[in-house]
Order: sequence, then structure tokens, then C-alpha cells
Amino acid sequence: MTAAALIAILVGMALLLLRAFIGPTLYDRILAVNSFGTKTVLALGLLGFVMERPEFLDIAITYALINFVSTIAILKFFRYRSFQVPLVRRGQGGNADG
Amino acid sequence: MAYFLGLVLALAAFWLGMSGHNTPLILSLGGISVLATSILAYRLDIIDREGSPYVRLVGFLLYFPWLAKEIVKANLTVIRACVKADLDIAPALVKVKTICKSDLAKVTFANSITLTPGTVTVEIEGDKLLVHGLYEQDSQPEAFVEMDLRSARAIDGKGAAA
Amino acid sequence: MAELLANIHGLWEVVRFPLGAFMCLAGSLLCLVGTVGVLRFPDIYTRLHAASITDTSGAALVLIGMMLLSPGWLVISKLFAICVFLFLTSPTASHALANAAHTAGIQPVIGRVGSSDAEGEDA
Repeated sequence: MTAAALIAILVGMALLLLRAFIGPTLYDRILAVNSFGTKTVLALGLLGFVMERPEFLDIAITYALINFVSTIAILKFFRYRSFQVPLVRRGQGGNADG
Repeated sequence: MAYFLGLVLALAAFWLGMSGHNTPLILSLGGISVLATSILAYRLDIIDREGSPYVRLVGFLLYFPWLAKEIVKANLTVIRACVKADLDIAPALVKVKTICKSDLAKVTFANSITLTPGTVTVEIEGDKLLVHGLYEQDSQPEAFVEMDLRSARAIDGKGAAA
Repeated sequence: MAELLANIHGLWEVVRFPLGAFMCLAGSLLCLVGTVGVLRFPDIYTRLHAASITDTSGAALVLIGMMLLSPGWLVISKLFAICVFLFLTSPTASHALANAAHTAGIQPVIGRVGSSDAEGEDA
């Protein structure tokens, strides 16, 4: 049954690749890649359970972190066309915290 | 100092949860890595109320079950919209005013809205949030009042939501 | 009393494997539903809603199912860490995506979308 779950997730990943190919805008593609990453985390965990080697979960944790950072980095790059811009706006907008 | 200790404790707990080895060598390596991470965080100047928000953990833990219930309810709506044979959605953009004062409470509120399927926070400007909803009738500003109140109470304490 | 506890424990050991496998399967099917939504919906903002099904209920069900299947506490703590990461990062990524699309000037589709407006991208 875990194998069936793994296959369902893999089918979902293949369908997401379709969205990444045809997505009309850049943001559709980034959304597809981000969702693909979440599914990869789940697929890695399930693969560990199917192969009865739960050590795969370490890779899944790392992938969860890298997926988030890469999404933010890609978005930042396409917004400013550079990685050299600070994202933090200190002292502007919002209430500074006490 | 309390924030620093909280960060060290959280990192140590995380390390122990990940490692599972108890030989002295591995444990001392873990201690060194926890210390190095704490020093790096100190140099980055991110050890403050937002960097280690453990004081409000109790309020947040009380808030989370209610949020989970909302997430399940909203999930059913969106799943129905996804699998229905004919596409029947009515997207809308609404402006929501929040009563949250601190940035942390605003982040909690906006993340709660985004985490609930069917609503996404598009922009935060001062105390106004621009929210995109999948169904116009479900995403009126009144629908977010209770979530706003609860997240403000969870993070800012009881006095903020009076 | 001890016998009762032992009975409950034995029953739990029998029940948790089918239950965990069923939850994994249900969660992965929800991921599939979210993917179908991503393919069907008309614009970026509505697709974000469909993707958030995968991020919340699908991921949570699969991870809880794996927790039930897991052989020891170490695996449970790792799965819990993944769960916390996903629940903290997925709304942030969604918000960043929506905000970037909004800043780039992509206008959302507003108002009722009938079946006649759906593109032929149906999976």
C-alpha cells in the first residue's frame, strides 16, 4: 500500500512537470517546481519506507530546506535580477518589535 | 540572554532528535556544532523576540488545533472544486484589516490565511492585507475576523485582543 | 490493569500498520487531486490554492501515516521535523510567489469562472 502511495505521488509529479512545461507565465513554472519539491520530500520518505531504510528521511529533511531556499532565491532573482539586494527592510513599514 | 539559551536548547533538542548516536565523540561534535550555530546566529544579530519566539509557544500551541480544524474545513471545499467535472469557482481579491500589532502576530495571521487552502495573502501593507480567495462568498472580510482575533491573542497576549 | 494496557498495546501494534498505510495512500491521492487542480485552474492565483492542498492536507496525511508505520522514536522525530518545516515554509513560499506575481503586474481572474472558460489542459 505504501508502494501504491509512492506511485500516486510519482504520477502527480509527472503531471506537475506538464504544468512546468506549458505554464504560460514564469510564476506558474515556479509554482510547479515548488510543489514538485514538496512532493519529492514525500516521495523520498515513502521510498525509505518501501525499501525499509528510514535513513532516507535525512535526505528528505535536507530537500525540504533546500526546496524552500531555492524557491525564495529564484523569486528574488527574477524580481531584482540580482542576488546582491538585501531583502530585509529595517525601519520601514510595520511596527518595530519591542 | 534568555533568547540565546532558548536557541541553544532548541538546537540541542533538534540535534538529539536527528542523530540517535550516543557515543561521546559524536555527542561532543554535536555540542560543538550547536555552539558554532549559536555564535553564527549571534553574529547575524537575529537572536531577538522573533528569532526565538518561545515565550508565545503556549499560546501558539493553543491556537494550532483551531487552525487545523479550519484547514480541514477549507481543504474539503478546495478538493471539491478541484475534482468537480465543470470548473465552478469565483475568485476574488479582498482587503482585510487586521488588529494585530506586532510583526510576529501579523506574520502568524498572514501565514494562517495562506495555510488555509482557498485563501492566499498577496500583499501586506501596514495593517491591511490583500487576500485572494477562491470563492467570493467565502472570502469576505468578516470571514477572517475570528482568525485575526485568535492569532492576535495567541502571539500578542490577552491584552492585545481586548 | 497491566493486562489491559498490554492488550491495548498489542491491538495498537496490529492496527497501526494498515491504518498508517491507508493514511499514506489517502494523502498521496490528495496530492494527486491538488496536481489536477494545478493543471485545471485558470490563473496563477487559483493554482496556488490547489497547490496548497498538497502542502497542507496531503503532506500532513502522508507524514502522519509514515509516523504510524515507523519503527522507532528517531524516525518519528525526523518526520515531525519535516512536518514542522513544511508547515512553516509552505505558506511563506506561497505568499512570496503570490506577492511576486502581484508585483510583476499579473492580474488575477476575478468573478465567476464557468466551465466554458476552462482551457483544454484538463489532465
